[in-house]
Amino acid sequence: MKKFQPFWLGALFLLVSTSLFSQVTFPINDVASPSNGYYAFTNATIVKDAKTTLSKATLVIKNGKIESVGAVAVPKDAVVIDCGGKYIYPSFIDIYSDYGMSAVSPGGGNFRSPSQMISNTKGPYSWNQAIKSEVSHAKLFEVNESKAKELRKLGFGTVLTHQMDGISRGTGVFVSLAKQRENLVVLKEKASAHYSFNKGSSTQDYPGSLMGSIALLRQNFLDAAWYKSKPAKEGTNLSLASFNEIQSLPQIFEVSDKWSALRADKIGDEFGVQYIIKASGNEYQRIDEMKATNAKFILPLDFPQAMDLEDPTDARFVNVADMKHWELAPTNPATFEKAGLSFAITANGLKDVSSFMPNLRKAIQYGLSEQKALEALTSTPATILGVSDMVGSLDAGKLANFVITNGPVFADKTVLIENWVQGEAYPIAKEQWNSLAGKYDLTLGANKATLSISGEPGGYKVQILAKDTTSVDFSQKESLINLSFSSKADKGKRTRLTGTFADASFTGTGQLANGDWISWKATASAAADTVAKKAGKKEDKLELGSVIYPFAGYGTPKPAAAETILIKNATVWTNEKAGILKGSDVLVKNGKIAAIGKGLKDPSARVIDGTGKHVTAGIIDEHSHIAGTGGINECSQSVTAEVRIQDVIDPDDIDIYRQLSGGVTSSHILHGSCNTIGGQTQLLKLRWGANAEGMKFANWDPFIKFALGENVKRSWNTSNPRFPDTRMGVEQVLMDAFTRARDYEKQGPGKRIDLELETLVEILNHKRFITCHSYVQSEINAMMKVADHFGFTVNTFTHILEGYKVADIMAKHGANASTFSDWWSYKIEVTDAIPQNAYLMQKTGVNVAINSDDAEMARRLNQEAAKSVKYAGMSEEEALKMVTLNPAKMLHVADRVGSIKEGKDADIVVWSDNPLSIYAKSEQTIVDGAVVFDRAADLVRQAELKAEKQRLVQKMIGAKKGGASTRPATPSYKAENECEDDHHHGNSIWDRISNRWANTEN
Amino acid sequence: MKKQIIYTLFFALSGLTAFAQETMHPSPAQSKTIVITGGTIHVGNGTIIENGTLVLEKGKIKTVSATPVTISGDAERIDATGKQVYPGLIAPNSSLGLVEFASTKSTIDIEELGEMNPNIRSIVAYNTDSKIINTVRSNGVLLAQITPQGGMIPGSSSVVQLDAWNWQDAAYAMDNGIHFKMPALINRPAAFQRRGANADPVAAGLARLEEARSFFKEAKAYLNEKTHTSTNLKFEATRGLFDGSKPFFVHCDLVKEMLAAINFAKEFNFKLVLVGATDSWMIADILKENKVSVILGEIHSLPATEDDAVDQPYKTPGMLQKAGVLFSMGFEGGDGNWRQRDLPFHAGTMSAYGMTKEEALSAITLNAAKILGIADRTGSIETGKDANVIITTGDVLDMRSSVLTHAFIQGRALNLDNKHSQLFERYKYKYNVK
Repeated sequence: MKKFQPFWLGALFLLVSTSLFSQVTFPINDVASPSNGYYAFTNATIVKDAKTTLSKATLVIKNGKIESVGAVAVPKDAVVIDCGGKYIYPSFIDIYSDYGMSAVSPGGGNFRSPSQMISNTKGPYSWNQAIKSEVSHAKLFEVNESKAKELRKLGFGTVLTHQMDGISRGTGVFVSLAKQRENLVVLKEKASAHYSFNKGSSTQDYPGSLMGSIALLRQNFLDAAWYKSKPAKEGTNLSLASFNEIQSLPQIFEVSDKWSALRADKIGDEFGVQYIIKASGNEYQRIDEMKATNAKFILPLDFPQAMDLEDPTDARFVNVADMKHWELAPTNPATFEKAGLSFAITANGLKDVSSFMPNLRKAIQYGLSEQKALEALTSTPATILGVSDMVGSLDAGKLANFVITNGPVFADKTVLIENWVQGEAYPIAKEQWNSLAGKYDLTLGANKATLSISGEPGGYKVQILAKDTTSVDFSQKESLINLSFSSKADKGKRTRLTGTFADASFTGTGQLANGDWISWKATASAAADTVAKKAGKKEDKLELGSVIYPFAGYGTPKPAAAETILIKNATVWTNEKAGILKGSDVLVKNGKIAAIGKGLKDPSARVIDGTGKHVTAGIIDEHSHIAGTGGINECSQSVTAEVRIQDVIDPDDIDIYRQLSGGVTSSHILHGSCNTIGGQTQLLKLRWGANAEGMKFANWDPFIKFALGENVKRSWNTSNPRFPDTRMGVEQVLMDAFTRARDYEKQGPGKRIDLELETLVEILNHKRFITCHSYVQSEINAMMKVADHFGFTVNTFTHILEGYKVADIMAKHGANASTFSDWWSYKIEVTDAIPQNAYLMQKTGVNVAINSDDAEMARRLNQEAAKSVKYAGMSEEEALKMVTLNPAKMLHVADRVGSIKEGKDADIVVWSDNPLSIYAKSEQTIVDGAVVFDRAADLVRQAELKAEKQRLVQKMIGAKKGGASTRPATPSYKAENECEDDHHHGNSIWDRISNRWANTEN
Repeated sequence: MKKQIIYTLFFALSGLTAFAQETMHPSPAQSKTIVITGGTIHVGNGTIIENGTLVLEKGKIKTVSATPVTISGDAERIDATGKQVYPGLIAPNSSLGLVEFASTKSTIDIEELGEMNPNIRSIVAYNTDSKIINTVRSNGVLLAQITPQGGMIPGSSSVVQLDAWNWQDAAYAMDNGIHFKMPALINRPAAFQRRGANADPVAAGLARLEEARSFFKEAKAYLNEKTHTSTNLKFEATRGLFDGSKPFFVHCDLVKEMLAAINFAKEFNFKLVLVGATDSWMIADILKENKVSVILGEIHSLPATEDDAVDQPYKTPGMLQKAGVLFSMGFEGGDGNWRQRDLPFHAGTMSAYGMTKEEALSAITLNAAKILGIADRTGSIETGKDANVIITTGDVLDMRSSVLTHAFIQGRALNLDNKHSQLFERYKYKYNVK
């Protein structure tokens, strides 16, 4: 026998494999049969790496490794496998896998379940259950042949795997997908360190929000650095020790959103780590920002499934952003390639791994080059992980991990025939080795005919050609074949044949239609008829919508830019000594208010006719919870001064645009009110279309949210386990926190940097300012006494519905007040709230603002301010100041915003009517000289949105008709952040619908 | 100026400001004829009478006239020159008197256990001493439809007038309609998907609707019997639906739900009112064709979807108006109880986004009365109707100007004081604020 028939290779390996992989420390229950697995694959097109393709080349492997590749002599003692017509590629590498790991169940726990303040993990580990830096996932790893088989089928030979659980997860293990003992499969025990923002199976309360996860990770960096000094008080902490040890490994951070990619990178920047980012798939929406991270990425291919949008009323509830993402997600890899970013590709996240290659082909169809695709599966992941010495290309010395295909690996009809891992073959589609296509002389008993086989393996068209043409059902299992047919004479009964194929001929036996047994054979006589290839359906030219900023319904390809604007002949509410100017002009230039007065001229300006219109400074909302993601309450502890709203800004929030439509130009985004010392706040300018950094109000004094009363003592909970449970306890939480902060500040060098106490020290040193959720006079007084005791001022009391009862004391203390116009009676502590509160406080010398705490009401803050005119007789000018200049003052930004004054930021609203009137609408809302909302342009956007949505609906229906699998139309939904987790002020459509679902499920 | 008005208001009512909340009491029946002259009378049906004269007698509107009317004898005369005269505002679908503090269970009497409760009656729990009531009526709301909320059939609502010693006195239209909460007919967003939930919520919703159908079929059969061996209180309670004396108020939001409601009402020949009806603007023509009236939810709300026009909820009333659909609005759930004092401002927004001020006024007066089945008695300033009237210093729909100086329910002059104005006075005293 000159050479092996490939058909039999599999059987051969079952025999020899044990010897190739025999492990010396393990006893043998047999006679030793050593083998060195010496093979030569000849005549192949060998793609050594994405850039090097060798034709008619030979690959020689031995002992599981590559011995040589190229135009090399075939060693005499190697088994030769003729790969004529075949391609050989390095096996793929997936560096984001949980192969061989047991499943983890998500942790329970929300802030309503009993508190778990510290980790349940036994042993000398972190206080936090989601910090598991000590976990070596090599110790958790078990070979899982059924999963390995799935991955090998896709072309993978090695994976980096870890149990995807926790925030600091420990070390990943690099393994092959061979069917062998773990000892031989583990290639690198500690190959990587893994992180995420998701606490996973942790049952501990903290962190209960994305901002909490970020704070925890930042604190962990500081703790680990401090631990290096071997602090006696900490004893042994294996989590911190391991965290330090594993910093030298590749650091891989999994995120679930493009903005979180930036969040992870920012933490890395702070602590000198460049994370490798396991992306979520929507990063193409902000590719410039991705590029600026300098990170390497791991990209998933779990493109969203089409939805069934045939019902228009269901489709109405699917946002255009979700539809656009469905269309554009396959461009993600191509977008990274175009931007010149380095990335690997992972199969992770695919619900059905068999969609890996179709999705990869789709990514290629959407612009990813085949070369880059191959790099992303071979050399790039090997480089990222630092395992190029083992895998990533077909070079001598590397592992014998390669796939044999019948064509270029990413081509549509190409089939993976075998995947070799560590020198061992794993058949995938063995019938693809040889094509049976051809013409054969068929002898069936006494009858002779021609057996014609045409087409491709797996999809042959088989016929018997005699006087008549009889079509034959054909099936094949490797070399065993079956034929079944019914000739005219058989009257519907079938002749069934079985046989084998070898050396271009068939031999076998069978039963005729009448039941007689008969022998048959068929020998090759001629080449197959070439099947005229159907002119392949011409690939539809890709017509894709554009990426918009932000990626939401009212985003645009180009966000508004600053303009020179001249508003002519308007009623201008200056909020300055000049008062209300009639028939005045306002000139906006370079983002600033350039001039105010009559008869202004600027030929370069866009002119807005202000006749009959009113112009005011943009509205500033002192108390807002829009544009925050991952939870704006970190409820798990009574003091969480370390968490920061700035970490969780969501620039895609439609509420930003909605606020602009109501004339709001700045919103102060607060932590919620579920604990006494909440998180750090963030003042935003509503620059619709900018990223999170671009929306932050520059150079402002930092603030923090405090809260008192019912929410922080969790009055809704009949068995509140979290201290405090009374207003008495709330005061002690404050006393304790500031006492600790003062003591902390006095500690010498080498102390543990505590992000919570650092923040409180800033307050003590008048570097950070408090806005304090508060209602009743007792707690307001108590808060001021605490501040007096520690020598600082409570900058702002927010809500402050009983402020009128202690307004004189507040004025003396120097506190500002930011209140609701007329809210009351939604809980016991607001039973004495009155709509004259703002007026009384103002009359008593307190600087007063009206805030929203509500994404809807924020759009009508001007009218809310007008309620003080109605209920208390406040002047209209003073009323308007409560939503413009006064909040600017209390936020320490009145030097830049809050009034119409030359040199101030051009944050301006043009109103259709007196701004305090119920009939007033914002016609233009201008931020830094850019028209970010324009009521007329909004109509155009609505029309464009409708057209774009309709295009996508049609496309999705087309995809469904074209055979794409679909899921039911899933309504898009984003929760409105609520200040108070226990009580919903709003009554949104989803509140009502979910109430009626409950109805359905009783 | 404004301050003066406020001051004048308190001065005018000085006889009443001596009352604390706990000593304020409902007004006695109208004894004297009241003649209101010089004001701009907004009839409620779109008509405006400048410098009109309004005569209230024995609790009824005796005369509305564009020309001066001579009333002899001992009448109380109110000079409304420069002021606006409106019908009392009506708040449909209200939780007033059933919910005092929405966060505190012991103060909530609005959701009963069980699914099919047509026999539940809101009126018997209506608390005339709720501190919220006076703050609502001092903004012009004089009537409210007190509506239960729990289960699939929450029960019967009643219309009350807001100046009463107890609920018997308050009842203005007892048990005026039966409420039904339509099972939701939409898939769950990912955030709402949870284990144990129905895989197909629409199918589950339709199945629930089928249960309701069976319930009403059985009720109908029961009511056709002359005598019963055993009495069914639930079925008995539905009688008014079948004889057409009570509307069927269906609480729902989405197009499919509204279409299902229309079919349901047709099958049983119920008089249909949709409540909530967020997406009613999408099928306004169908609603018109089927003579379905609508009680919208709060106009001041966020759009139903991210892609909707930012001002869609503000525009919805105008779209219904244009299509000729009879509609009003109410406050359901959430903080609806105390927020109802904003009712006129929601109407103001209706006007700003698509209708005249008089049309917006009708939505919360005459049209509300029509929907609630009380238009023969109230809702407009027309001869023979109850003397439910308010007088304001300016446009009642605009918070800039809507200060009430007078309110009359069935001719009784209301004490417009409330807990808030009393606390205001108390602290004006403390700080010596004039």
